[in-house]
Amino acid sequence: MAHLISKSRRLLEKRILFSAILDGRSKVSSVFQSRMIPAAGFCGGKLEAGDTILVGPRGGRFKSIKSGEQVQFFPSSSSSDEDDHHDDDITEGLDFPGGRVTFTPQKSFISESSAKRVPCYRVLDDDGYIIRGSEIEQVSKEVAVKMYTGMVTIQTMDNIFYEAQRQGRISFYLTSSGEEAIGIASAAALMPDDVVLPQYREPGVLLWRGFTLQEFANQCFGNKQDYGKGRQMPIHYGSKKHNYMTISSPIATQLPQAAGAAYSLKMDKKEACVVAYTGDGGTSEGDFHAALNFAAVMEVPVVFICRNNGWAISTPTTEQFRSDGIVVRGQAYGIRSIRVDGNDALAVYGAISTARKMAISEKKPILVEALTYRVGHHSTSDDSTKYRTVNEIEHWKTARSPIARYRKWVQRNGWWSDEAESQLRGDIRKQVLQAIQLADRTEKPPLEQLFTDVYEDFPSNLREQEKSLRETIRRHPQDYPPDVPV
Amino acid sequence: MALRKFGRLSLISRIGKRDFSIASTSEGLIEKADSKSINLFTAVNQALHIALETDSRSYVFGEDVSFGGVFRCTTGLAERFGKKRVFNTPLCEQGIVGFAIGLAAMGNRAIAEIQFADYIFPAFDQIVNEAAKFRYRSGNQFNCGGLTIRAPYGAVGHGGHYHSQSPEAFFCHVPGIKVVIPRSPQQAKGLLLSSIRDPNPVVFFEPKWLYRLAVEEVPEDDYMLPLSEAEVIREGSDITLVGWGAQLSVMEQACIEAEKDGISCELIDLKTLIPWDKETVVASVRKTGRLLVSHEAPITAGFGAEISASIIERCFLQLEAPVARVCGLDTPFPLVFEPFYMPTKNKRMISFPKGSVLRTKVHPHLAISPPLPAEMPPLFLPPKNKKVVGTKLGFS
Ligand SMILES: Cc1ncc(C[n+]2csc(CCOP(=O)(O)OP(=O)(O)O)c2C)c(N)n1
Ligand SMILES: [Mg+2]
Repeated sequence: MAHLISKSRRLLEKRILFSAILDGRSKVSSVFQSRMIPAAGFCGGKLEAGDTILVGPRGGRFKSIKSGEQVQFFPSSSSSDEDDHHDDDITEGLDFPGGRVTFTPQKSFISESSAKRVPCYRVLDDDGYIIRGSEIEQVSKEVAVKMYTGMVTIQTMDNIFYEAQRQGRISFYLTSSGEEAIGIASAAALMPDDVVLPQYREPGVLLWRGFTLQEFANQCFGNKQDYGKGRQMPIHYGSKKHNYMTISSPIATQLPQAAGAAYSLKMDKKEACVVAYTGDGGTSEGDFHAALNFAAVMEVPVVFICRNNGWAISTPTTEQFRSDGIVVRGQAYGIRSIRVDGNDALAVYGAISTARKMAISEKKPILVEALTYRVGHHSTSDDSTKYRTVNEIEHWKTARSPIARYRKWVQRNGWWSDEAESQLRGDIRKQVLQAIQLADRTEKPPLEQLFTDVYEDFPSNLREQEKSLRETIRRHPQDYPPDVPV
Repeated sequence: MALRKFGRLSLISRIGKRDFSIASTSEGLIEKADSKSINLFTAVNQALHIALETDSRSYVFGEDVSFGGVFRCTTGLAERFGKKRVFNTPLCEQGIVGFAIGLAAMGNRAIAEIQFADYIFPAFDQIVNEAAKFRYRSGNQFNCGGLTIRAPYGAVGHGGHYHSQSPEAFFCHVPGIKVVIPRSPQQAKGLLLSSIRDPNPVVFFEPKWLYRLAVEEVPEDDYMLPLSEAEVIREGSDITLVGWGAQLSVMEQACIEAEKDGISCELIDLKTLIPWDKETVVASVRKTGRLLVSHEAPITAGFGAEISASIIERCFLQLEAPVARVCGLDTPFPLVFEPFYMPTKNKRMISFPKGSVLRTKVHPHLAISPPLPAEMPPLFLPPKNKKVVGTKLGFS
């Protein structure tokens, strides 16, 4: 290693010198200079093992000399005389951690973007016809219909819960409008043992796994049946029995956790993977970087699914990143990735099925970018017409609706009908309304649940505080909401 | 309604007779200046307009800032000052603060918004290890004094775990930054302008509950309120109450109720948590002999603990009762249980042993962790020569 370091260092020093000569100037060209900044610190002697990995191959791109034609500049490993050059390295390249790096005399920078954007895997065209030559994952009638009813259920639930918030019956809500296919179809491609770490716009996964409308309503109303015991804001679902870890509002925190959870599956030799969801905004957080890098280095079975819906509240993706979306990030971390049409349920299903298989059989992370659009406002606290046009929203809501497109395909297969459609929508509407009524009537969790679960046990400070609080309530009952049983 | 009242009340003691370090208007001007009745987010918005107007090297940025911000604090700024000076950032708090530090280190005023104080933690490293030590570690060759981090904090009635927290104490443990929290629209504008112009990095927490709710007459022009100066916003003789931000309006109500029972309360707004104005609090406690500190953050290791310790150090002989803290519970901030979690006016100090006053005098450390009492004793003795009826305030 020490040898390698000193060799690389001399290489870099040489290169600076050389470029200056070639440029015909005594000063290093500005482009060159900016690329060489890491080398300066490196030459300064503050070097850690990790640094060499960067400096070596990067330096290798600066050469503008053809082997044999011009002065050789590689110092011999056996000689301290730097003018004594050999051309072995030029032909053989450099052994470097991670594999052999070949040399090139071309001073070519890797472009900031490729000439063509990464294409998007799609199976159904806008009219719900299978595109000729598509690689399709077969879906049975049963699964296909369940996917359709799932999407309609989420859509109906969203509409009614949104209204319930507007009426002040719940404090907050957030829809999956326009993104129904991602949640439902990705869940359909998973197995129940796969552990899900959601962001917050993926209730479809829970629904697919059997979380009932009543369970959704209980959480949103924060009643005593809510598994989260009324402690979190609406939509922060979580269900142990559905292998769906409880949602937390801070963006992207679930992503590195997913790598850790996947490491556990790998150590336990489970035939399962972890699936972590994030939004396009979420990919800007440091945690996203940490997650991808950890997952790659630890070689864990995790599928990262990014819903690129164009917006992070009011921030368009053009102000979020300048890469070709999310999919291209995978390669930089050594992670296989695919871009998929998030509004094509069959494509999502196919991509996730394969991603899952690869993740589990190869013990590797996979990154999936699903292109979609957030048709609704960010949440009930938002009015998205303040920052985007109604036309844009309408276009995605109608022409690009994932539900309408998928329905055409299901119906053309003879698996669905107009009668089934109206029956389904009516039934679900009724069920959602019933669930809301019951959730509203169900009492709030008892006061003791304010203090439990902070720790596994019940430390004395909390015991003391509960006692004191109860005393205050006894004296001033009018200060406290009557619907929480004390 | 109570808040409006509170707002007006604070107006009485508005601005104060102080020299502003870089004040662009004198007190006289402020008195004469046109003022309008506005809410807290509008006051913040005015301050940001003035900051951008008066210094061409100032910038405002953060998540969703361009369209006005999720709390409307940055409305109109991008239109007025352009996208180069007011802009959205990627969704990355460590990036926002790191970027802001770099910008500030080059001699600019970087006014960074963190969308919610609950989401400031990814930036904790940048604030604690970088911003706070930038000057010190370089022997004052470099500084990022132009940095101001704004973040809405505190309860809002339905925010649950992650839209309610009061993380001020974490930052009060960090020498090198200032922590400022306004209680009202007028305070918000003057303190924010001071924070922006202060030559030190400042973390400025805005009580989001008051963004719309608190309405107050606010001078329209450029004025600043001094940092590290507490303000006695209500004079009294029996007990000193110290708080900051949204909690002050709750404490104000408590003072009013106490008055009915014949207890005279002195209420102090600390405004700047570090470096804090000990002298004002000490002077008050020397007069009243009793101190109650209140904050929304969990009681354990909250900034109330620091105030309590400092006052016991300085006023030990004048104290007639243990220092009381009425604070948030030692639980995560809960949704449904929020009214139970909050330090309300009727909440009394958690617990004190009978006779702790006496014992404290012998063994000061006993006051820090008193044994659990069987019965809740009176926290505050009634003022001498006064007959007190009722226990409304909890300091019967
Ligand atoms: C750490 C953190 N910072 C800021 C926020 C506030 N916030 C909530 S959602 C959101 C946008 C997220 O956008 P994206 O990841 O694209 O998901 P989408 O809402 O589009 O599904 C922001 C900024 C947060 N929850 N957590
Ligand atoms: Mg998004």
